[in-house]
Order: sequence, then C-alpha cells, then structure tokens
Amino acid sequence: MVLLPAFGYLPVLGGDTFHLEAWQALWGRAGLHRSVLLSYFSGLITTLVALFIVVLFLAASQGTWIDRAIRRMVSPLLAIPHAAVAFGLAFLIAPSGLLVRWVSPGLTGWERPPDLLIVNDPLGLALMAGLILKEVPFLLLMSLAALPQLRPEQRVTLARSLGYAPGIAWLKCVFPALYPLIRLPVYAVIAYATSVVDMALILGPTLPPTLSVSILTWFNDPDLSRRFMASAGAVLQLGVTLAALLTWWLGEQGIKRLSQLWLASGSRTSGSTAIALGGRALLATVTLMAMSALAGLALFSVAGFWRFPDALPSTFTLDHWQRILPSVATPLMNTLSIGLVATLIAAVLVVATLEHAARHHLPARRAQWLLYLPLIVPQVAFLFGLVVAAESVAIRPQHALVVAVHLLFVVPYLYLSLSEAYRRLDPRWVQVALSLGVPPWRAFWQVRLPLLLAPLLTACAVSLAVSIGQYLPTLLLGGGRVPTITTEAVAMASGGNRRLVAVLALLQALLPFIGFSLALLIPRLVWAKRRQMRGAA
Amino acid sequence: MTHNLQTLHIKQMSITLAGETLLAMHRDIAPGEVLTVMGPSGSGKSTLLAYLAGFLSPAFQAQGELYLGDKRLDTLPAERRGIGLLFQDPMLFPHLSVAGNLRFGLPHRAKNKRQQVSQALEQVGLAGFETRDPATLSGGQQARVALMRLLLSQPRAVLLDEPFSKLDTALRQEMRTLVFGQLREAGLPTLLVTHDEADANAAGGPIIALG
Repeated sequence: MVLLPAFGYLPVLGGDTFHLEAWQALWGRAGLHRSVLLSYFSGLITTLVALFIVVLFLAASQGTWIDRAIRRMVSPLLAIPHAAVAFGLAFLIAPSGLLVRWVSPGLTGWERPPDLLIVNDPLGLALMAGLILKEVPFLLLMSLAALPQLRPEQRVTLARSLGYAPGIAWLKCVFPALYPLIRLPVYAVIAYATSVVDMALILGPTLPPTLSVSILTWFNDPDLSRRFMASAGAVLQLGVTLAALLTWWLGEQGIKRLSQLWLASGSRTSGSTAIALGGRALLATVTLMAMSALAGLALFSVAGFWRFPDALPSTFTLDHWQRILPSVATPLMNTLSIGLVATLIAAVLVVATLEHAARHHLPARRAQWLLYLPLIVPQVAFLFGLVVAAESVAIRPQHALVVAVHLLFVVPYLYLSLSEAYRRLDPRWVQVALSLGVPPWRAFWQVRLPLLLAPLLTACAVSLAVSIGQYLPTLLLGGGRVPTITTEAVAMASGGNRRLVAVLALLQALLPFIGFSLALLIPRLVWAKRRQMRGAA
Repeated sequence: MTHNLQTLHIKQMSITLAGETLLAMHRDIAPGEVLTVMGPSGSGKSTLLAYLAGFLSPAFQAQGELYLGDKRLDTLPAERRGIGLLFQDPMLFPHLSVAGNLRFGLPHRAKNKRQQVSQALEQVGLAGFETRDPATLSGGQQARVALMRLLLSQPRAVLLDEPFSKLDTALRQEMRTLVFGQLREAGLPTLLVTHDEADANAAGGPIIALG
C-alpha cells in the first residue's frame, strides 16, 4: 500500500496515474543524501558498538558478584522506553546538562553554559549514544537467554584445560555458537536503529534530520501532495534498511572467513587482560550513563530555582508534577488501556499458539519468521502503508486501530519471551496430569498455567513495556487523536520546558517499571508457601 | 478401590520411525502381574511407554492394538485410558500442597475426598501431611505421595518408568516392596521399564529384554 502512492497512485488525493514525480521531488530535496547516510551509518555503527560491548562483557564475565551486579542493573534498562532514555541522555549531556554542571566551573571554568551543539549534533553522535544505551541491554538479555542451551561453562572449562585464558576461551568456543542464536535480534536492532523516529526527534540532527524523521514531517505536512513524496521516502527507507542489513550480512561472511584463522591459530592468552578489563568497564559505563540519565530526569522534574554551574537545584518543588498531572490523565488512561488490551489479546493468541504446538508435538516452524517481520521491517516503511490502507477503506483513526497496530509489535515480543519457557517446561507435568484422568483443558488451567505463571507475567510486562514505548504506530494510526504519555512527551521535545518534559518522561519510564515489579511480586505472593515455585522461575 | 480386574493386551504392536522398526511386542499382562522390560538407553523403552500411555509423538508410526479386557485403548486419548504413570522423579505438582496433589488424582465425582486423602497418607506413614509443601518433603516421602496419588486416581493399569533409580540405595528396597505390594494388592497389570536387575528381581514377574 505504500508502493502505489510512491509511484503517484492515491485516488483519495486525486492521484490516479502512475508516474515518478514523487521520486523526482524526493531526489530534489536538499540534504537527502545526508539524511540517508545518517540513517545508514547510525544503524550500523550503533549495532556494531552495542554488540561489541555485550560480547566483550560476556567474555570477561566470570560469574563473580560484580558481574552479577552489573547484569542485574542492566535488565531494568530494557523496560525503559526509548523516548525516556533519550530525554534523560539529553538532559545529561546538554551544554547546561548534569555532566557539564558537575565539572563546572571547577574543571572547565565555565560560568555560563558553553555554546556547543551537543544534543542534535549534525553527525548524530548523541542519537547514536542514545541508541547504544537501549541496544546494549536488549542484546545482552537476548544473549543471556540463548546461552544456557550452549552449556558455556563446559566449553570454557574445556578450553581452559587446554591452556586458554578465560576471556579468549569464551570468544573462541562460545561466541561462534552463540552468534547464530542472536542473529535475528541483531538484525532487529539494525532495522530499528536505521529507522528510529522518537529518539531521532529528541537527540538526532535537525538540518537535515534522519530519513525517518524527514518522512514523518512530509507525511504530516498540511500540503497533502507531500504524501506522495513521503511514500517514496518510505520505500527509500526500506531500501536503506535493507542496504544496512546486507552490509552487515556481508561483514558477517567476511568475519567468518577471517576468524577461522584466528580461531585455530592457537593463541591462548594475548589480549585477555584487555578483554577482562574492557568488557566490564564498557558495560558498567553504559549502565551508569543510563542510570544517571534517569536520575537526571528525576532531578529536573522536582527542580525549582537552579542556577547554571550549580550541581544541584537550590530549591525543590512539586509544582511541575502538580501542573502537568491533570492534563495527562487522558494520555495516561489511553496508554494503560491500549497497553493492557493489547497485552491481553497478545497473551491469549500466543498462549493458544504455544499450547496448540505443545499438544500436537509441532516443532518450531519456518513460518515463525513471519511473526518477526514487524521487528525487521522498518516501522516508517510499512506503517504509512497501513495508514493509507485504513484510509482507503474508510476506517477512522481510533483506539481499536491503535491496539491492532500495537499487536503487531507486542505479539512477537510476547512470543519471544514466553516460547522458551513454554518449550522448556517438562512435558511430564502434563503427562502426569492426563494419566491421572484429568482432561486436557484442566491440565492446562491447573498444571501448565500455574507452573508458567512467573514467565507468563514477565512476558506480559515485556509486552506492556513495548506497547507503552510505541511512538510512531500510536501517532500514525491514532491520527494524532489518541494521545499517550509517549506521544505527548515526544511532542513536547521541541517545546523546551525541561522540567515538564522530565515529568512526562519519568511517568513514561515508571509505567513499565510498575509492570515488571508486579510481574516479580505476584508470583512471590501467590507462591509464598511453595518453595520450589519461588526458585524455579 | 474398585477391583474390576482386567488383563492388559498388547497386540501385534510395532513402532516405526521413518520406515525403520524400533520395537515390536505381542504380550498380555495379567491383573497383579508385573512385566519387566529391560534394555540399555536408546533401546526404545521410553517410546514403548509413550505409546502405551498415549503420548507418542506423531513422528512415530504405531501398528497394532491395545486392549484392557475387551476395551480398546489405543484409539483413546491419554486421559481416558486409565493408565497411570510413575516416573523416576516423583513429579509432585510444586504449586499444590500434598493434599492438593492427592486430590488432583481423585476422580471428579469421588465421595469423601478429605477422608480418602487422609487415609491414603496414613497408609504410607505420612498422616497429617496434608498442608505440607511438597518441596519440604524428603525424596522417599515424595515418592510415597506420588504412589498414593497414582492409586487414588483408580487406574486400571500402571506403567513404571525407572521409578526407583533416583532414590538412595537404602530407600530403594523399601520403596520396591511398597510399590509392588500396593500394585499387586490392587490387582493392576503393570509394566516396569528399568535397567536395574534388582528392580526386575523385586518385581518378580516375567522379564523381556529390548535392543
């Protein structure tokens, strides 16, 4: 549906012939090639850096308390929506942000904020930093989920007994087996990073912005004929993402070839100290950045009078909260109702699918790739198509439409988080139940679901967090008439009142956090008297 | 416990995987008799159990028929076969209390459920254990609860999947005596799968070797 308007066909707007005007207009845009390059490189570079950090940490990680502490601090970061991380980072690194305040005037001698363009810098470095902060926890958790089936301890122990240093042993014996298992998440990260909209609006360059942001601007332009150009841009975005994926794939093949030499070279210890130190230091830095970003949000949200080089506000106030809370009641309700309805529908769909597969001994099928398609295809590219499709059959923007499009993103994540637990549940539990004469539906409700309560709730919390974080789908399919915390927060980004933005961003980060806390708390309360149920999940 | 004693007939059974025959059997198991099937791992023991209990993966093809008395079982789903299972792990549901586990086994319309449960516990020396969390029981205690859960569900035949292999040597002999005693008393046809000679000797029935 996005292809037709790209070539001039959109009867609603009087475009009923095919032509290339939209493309000519698109090529004519000043700064287009710069936008394209920004999207392409920010996607590839951030994925590479994030993967590098994660792999180095996993190689360095020995299961000591420091490693476990870092891991535990990373997981909640995944729940924080992109926009909230972006705002937090912006407040942290801006010329008048926390970092500069902490070192001024002592180290810098600055009495006034320096005149530097740090956030929204033309090279997109701030945007890349923000993306990396979100990609690292995602890739780390995906790797941690995939690792146990590889029995990494055995592999490392074997290699160490042959004289390899631990970090090298991990890189040579575990990583080559791990990478194929996390390839899909890596591709999803590339696709996301090349086409991200909300983060790019907050942190990205402005003149010109990234391709995805330009497309959104054209799409929302009052001059409706711009939509043809937006459609052409969406097709171009798809091409950019595919090009980035292709580049990555070629890189994979190259590294695979080259690494054969290194894997079998027999070198056992060179570089192991660097891995041990670097792996931990990098991940700790990422975690600390994200934590300080959140702390910064909290600080700004209650800051009263705050002179520039002061490290802390001189007065604190709840004014910003009081001022904004009445006006966010509707967005808050929208966010929660959409998130909960989408999660409920997705949970029913996913559990029904998994239960069906379990009962009929169905193996994981190729068709599951289809499920992950919405994560790999850039949002801008197919959402415009959906909007055009909805308009052409006269479905007006509304809550139900937003829920439906959220499902596209919520279902895959819920499936990803639940399917492993579902498959790993010992089939003998249900066999015992059936052999005791209990019908399958009772075995499902009374055995399988209670045993899977903890992973199911966690999967629902993930799904809720995904729904809460959705910016573009909510904006486009809601037609701007279904405001959520996320759309409101991003809309205020250009407005500039930092304290109000901080309140909104904190609210946005708080909701998923509540979801995850409940997912942890409920099983503990329900199974307070059942020892095995508390440790097992 | 009802005593409608019936023989389990395994008729002309043969199980194939991708055209290759894994195992074949033609055998009757009389009420109260324990047939022991011995074989190394990979000899198709678990496939045999899966077929009899009704959990065979569709990857396998099974021929032959399974009867209990004159009732055909192999066309029925697992929950309607009346074939009970004991695994090497007790498999007590961790989210239910001891009594909850036993009640789970009781037929839906059973009368005096509370009384049946407490009687069953008394029978194996666990009187008063109703509200306990199964995770707090010792291995031997869990095995005994699992046995009583099986018997309360009033099966008409029983499959044992190396049920003693994870118990301490000292406990093992005690549990063998208890399990085989109870099954014989209930007059149930039983099929035991094991690789332990001592199990086979304690079972006291015919022995066939697989693989």
